[in-house]
Amino acid sequence: MRVAVVSLLAILFGLLAGGVLMAATGHNPFEGYRYLFEGGLKNPERIGNTIATGTPLIFTGLAVAFAFRTGLFNIGVAGQMLFGGLCATAVGLNLDAPRPILLLVMIAAAFLGGALWAVVPGFLKAKYNVHEVVSSIMMNWIAYWTVYYAVPAYFKGTYLETESQILPAAATLRDPFISGLFGGSYINMGLYIAVLAVIVVAFIMNKTTIGYELKAVGFNRHTAEYAGIAVNRSIVLSMAISGGLGGLGGMAQYAGNANNMQIGVLPSQGFDGIAVALLGASAPIGVMLAAVFFGLLYSGKGFMSAMTEVPPEIADSIIAIIIYFAATSILMERLVSWLIKRRKGQRSKPEEQQPAPPPGETSGKKEGLYDVEHH
Amino acid sequence: MWNIIEQIFPYAVMYTIPLLITGLGGLFSERSGVVNIGLEGLMVVGAFTGALVTSMIHSAMPYHPAAVWIGLLAAFVSGVAFSLLHAFASINLSANQVISGTAINMLAAALTVFLARNITGSGKIQTQGLRSFDVPILSDIPVIGKLLFTKTYMTTWIVLLIVLLSAFVLGKTAFGLRLKACGEHPHAAEAAGINVRLMRYIGVMISGGLSALGGSIYIATISGEASGSVAGLGFLALAALIFGQWKPLGILAATLFFGFASTIANVSQVIPSLAVVPPILLKVFPYVVTLIALVLFSKSSRAPKAAGEAFDSGKR
Repeated sequence: MRVAVVSLLAILFGLLAGGVLMAATGHNPFEGYRYLFEGGLKNPERIGNTIATGTPLIFTGLAVAFAFRTGLFNIGVAGQMLFGGLCATAVGLNLDAPRPILLLVMIAAAFLGGALWAVVPGFLKAKYNVHEVVSSIMMNWIAYWTVYYAVPAYFKGTYLETESQILPAAATLRDPFISGLFGGSYINMGLYIAVLAVIVVAFIMNKTTIGYELKAVGFNRHTAEYAGIAVNRSIVLSMAISGGLGGLGGMAQYAGNANNMQIGVLPSQGFDGIAVALLGASAPIGVMLAAVFFGLLYSGKGFMSAMTEVPPEIADSIIAIIIYFAATSILMERLVSWLIKRRKGQRSKPEEQQPAPPPGETSGKKEGLYDVEHH
Repeated sequence: MWNIIEQIFPYAVMYTIPLLITGLGGLFSERSGVVNIGLEGLMVVGAFTGALVTSMIHSAMPYHPAAVWIGLLAAFVSGVAFSLLHAFASINLSANQVISGTAINMLAAALTVFLARNITGSGKIQTQGLRSFDVPILSDIPVIGKLLFTKTYMTTWIVLLIVLLSAFVLGKTAFGLRLKACGEHPHAAEAAGINVRLMRYIGVMISGGLSALGGSIYIATISGEASGSVAGLGFLALAALIFGQWKPLGILAATLFFGFASTIANVSQVIPSLAVVPPILLKVFPYVVTLIALVLFSKSSRAPKAAGEAFDSGKR
């Protein structure tokens, strides 16, 4: 409950700051927001597009959230999306099989590709205590350049050097049924897989021994080790699953919402996943809601910039501001505590409120980024 | 072969300089105990401000030679100001420094394009850059004259000066030693009477200023237009900081290495004797090398011990 209030406050402050930004640059914020939300919700097609835009974010948010729960910060989801997407594209362009089999193999390839990309930082963390943030940033750029050179060399598009060949319709997640349901929107089967992933992740986290062990490692690595949990194995496994989810996000983006890959782009959805996980308090359902909310901002921004003079980057700015407020959630916590206290009429004694540890931080010993031995 | 080296050397140096100054900025922040993933964003802010101020002065006074320099100065100031967001979150609010840094990166990319669209309508700001020159007399020295003193930019010499100055400040002055103490053992530093929060603020602000300077130098010498991105140079600078093991001269060596690798990758298609090396290997080289360095140094890393940890003076 409390985390939900903090998340909603972060969104509120993000939207307020966005409004101030619009007003400061000479636009009408009320008009801007009206068109932004209309653009994402006005008719079934737009609602479908909003959900479709949010679909890759569900995967990337789940990816970040899953690693968070094990005390790992997977900042490399963008690279995992790229490499997972590249693997899926390679299968989609080359494998000649009936559609269900083709799609299943593509999904498996995307998951494995993403997992492989995340296992490297996981292994380096487990074996050599290399911090996963730094190594996953390096992996992001290795993926970036891999796609940059692999696409023109092996999957060159018909017209442009800078994008891969268009996937045949059978090798995409396109689904006329749900698309028709939403008035011809580009919403696709990625949504089914995303909902399935939410359920599976929730199940793994809350109902299985593995999930319990992973969370125990996240709460306190040393206690978990003392309790006989294979900490190093848990770290690698958690990164693998997290990266696999990121890879599926790549599939949902490059073979679902789009039908090819562009080179020279590190997908922003990978980083938005951090915001999604933070806002969703690393809980699968929360992640899904947060992802759809961001999908709304992204899919509404085009309509807004068409109807008003407000540049579309306002949506990206709002999301960045929300992350900043989510990162400084201690500020929100203090605000909430202060409001509660004021309602109870206990304002006389200002008492230091202990904030809940933010997701991704072990509540035990705080560790520096580079994990040098402390004495 | 020598001919090729002579040809690409000035370009490699040109590419190295923004990396070098940004990595140096990161050094000040991390040595004070605050991890700064936001170097990329701070570069973007500097690129935007530098280009904006320069182009504004140029439209009032065409071809005025001081415009670029005022732009660089404005970029520095804007970087200091923007980094306060990161400092406030990390130092006062004990926020997760990686998340705060990520927010800085995303905010810088979105906000600068948003503002640029309001100003120019296109989301990009074009500007005239600096001109390269041959250093008189020195460029006539055989061998090194051709390598080091032809086609250089004034900013290159200023940045090298800042690097030497930083090495001196961090290694020999009371201020530098105090700053490093805050990143190694903040509680001991506080017990010795150092204001840890203030030192960390200064560290982050220097990193903001220098990174923004790096971003605007990138615009003034290489790219020519600010477009909400500096092509990942900020992350490359972070890699150089680690590969250089948090030492000014180490960063100098690492960035030169990376600058060469990137330049060779960029020109390898047009120079036949280099075309045998697949460009992808040269492009991923800095990142792979950094991963290997992280593994090799994992036992004996010189990373600031308290980097990334929020400082709580009541903790022990």
